Amino acid sequence: MEMWLGYLTLILHGAWITVQLTVYGCAFALAVAFVAGLGRISRLAALRWLSVGYIEFFRGTSIFVQLFWIYYVLPLMGFTLTPMQAGVLALGLNVGAYGAEVVRSAVQAVDEGQKEAALAVNLTRFQTMRHVILPQAFVIMLPTFGNNAIELLKGTAIVSLISLSDMTFQAQVVRGQTGNTAVPFITILILYFAIAMVITFAVRALERRLTRGLDGVRA
Amino acid sequence: MDWDWQFVREILPTLAEGAKITIIATLLGYLLAVVLGLVFAIMRRSTNRLVSRPTAGLVEFVRGTPLLVQLYFLFYILPEVGITLAPLVAGVIGLGLHYATYTSEVYRAGIDNVPRGQWEAAKACNLTARQSWRHVVLPQAIMPVIPALANYLIAMFKETPLLSAITVLELMNQARSIANYNYRYVEPITLVGVFFLVISLVSVIGVKYLERRFGGYGKRGRAAT
Repeated sequence: MEMWLGYLTLILHGAWITVQLTVYGCAFALAVAFVAGLGRISRLAALRWLSVGYIEFFRGTSIFVQLFWIYYVLPLMGFTLTPMQAGVLALGLNVGAYGAEVVRSAVQAVDEGQKEAALAVNLTRFQTMRHVILPQAFVIMLPTFGNNAIELLKGTAIVSLISLSDMTFQAQVVRGQTGNTAVPFITILILYFAIAMVITFAVRALERRLTRGLDGVRA
Repeated sequence: MDWDWQFVREILPTLAEGAKITIIATLLGYLLAVVLGLVFAIMRRSTNRLVSRPTAGLVEFVRGTPLLVQLYFLFYILPEVGITLAPLVAGVIGLGLHYATYTSEVYRAGIDNVPRGQWEAAKACNLTARQSWRHVVLPQAIMPVIPALANYLIAMFKETPLLSAITVLELMNQARSIANYNYRYVEPITLVGVFFLVISLVSVIGVKYLERRFGGYGKRGRAAT
């Protein structure tokens, strides 16, 4: 019992790394998603092409390959990253590319009349986006963002392969030391699922809060 | 950093070997995902709660946990209970099972979109449950979701590098062993990236075609009712 308690602490340390990766990765992905998503529908052709290039590149290649490229190839060009930085960068850029498409489609899904109304009351383009379009579009994005966040959480397991001691890595350590596979792996599967449930419920709560008073506006 | 074309020529045959395994694993895994996903979707709609509830729970659990951990689980645990699988087989099962939970959601959307009247008509014609599924509901449910199913083929293809973690000698694993052996990372890992990018971009064109070909089916069915 004493022994398992020690191993459980080890796995919980890993869980903390996993949570950190998820939170930082999500924050980074969210920022990237808005920049690239709005860039895709920008008036400037150069910005549009840049965004499309980024989105297609990161959606078209595997997260695994991106992570390895960032961790092993970037140092050769003079950027040395810690495994944590490489992990957040790869996860954020990958999930951000999927998020960008969500941002784009949500912004385009806002009723045309809203834009016309904003024009009629003489709002600038920035004001229209900031005060009229985005508050409504964000509500449409939320459920898909929730799914993306869970995909990102699942993606964090991959960073164990570049020697970051997250939950999956620690489970491997416990397996190596005890020779028992079932206990550590079932433990972390349950922990991953628990974190995923927390994300699901948090997004649902946020959605309820943000849709308050929007009933009449949404189709 | 320098790019060595001579080195690229040397490693291409080995990478091609890996690419072959990647494609085999994707196709076999996809076959499993497409079949098992349909089974899950139908079981979730069962009127017997002892069938529908556990299926729903299993699907949610598998969807909420990382594929990598599931692969380790299959690869390390099954031998302990006496089932020894080749790495590739374990990988295909893991990949197929994981994505079956995604395709089951796609099927579910397709099944939900079949108008109620179709079920009632099947009942009125005295069809059994099996016959209603087989001859009335499924043909209408599956056609419109074919493009969505094809998207998961692309998604699975991009997940196959994970199989290298359970020692399957697919493309990524070959690239890593070349990289470690020669201590040159730039060419092998970049080539793998290019390979995935090219296949993905080409398959997007394929999905667009499927959307044109099958996308209209759902709408046509509803217009008729």
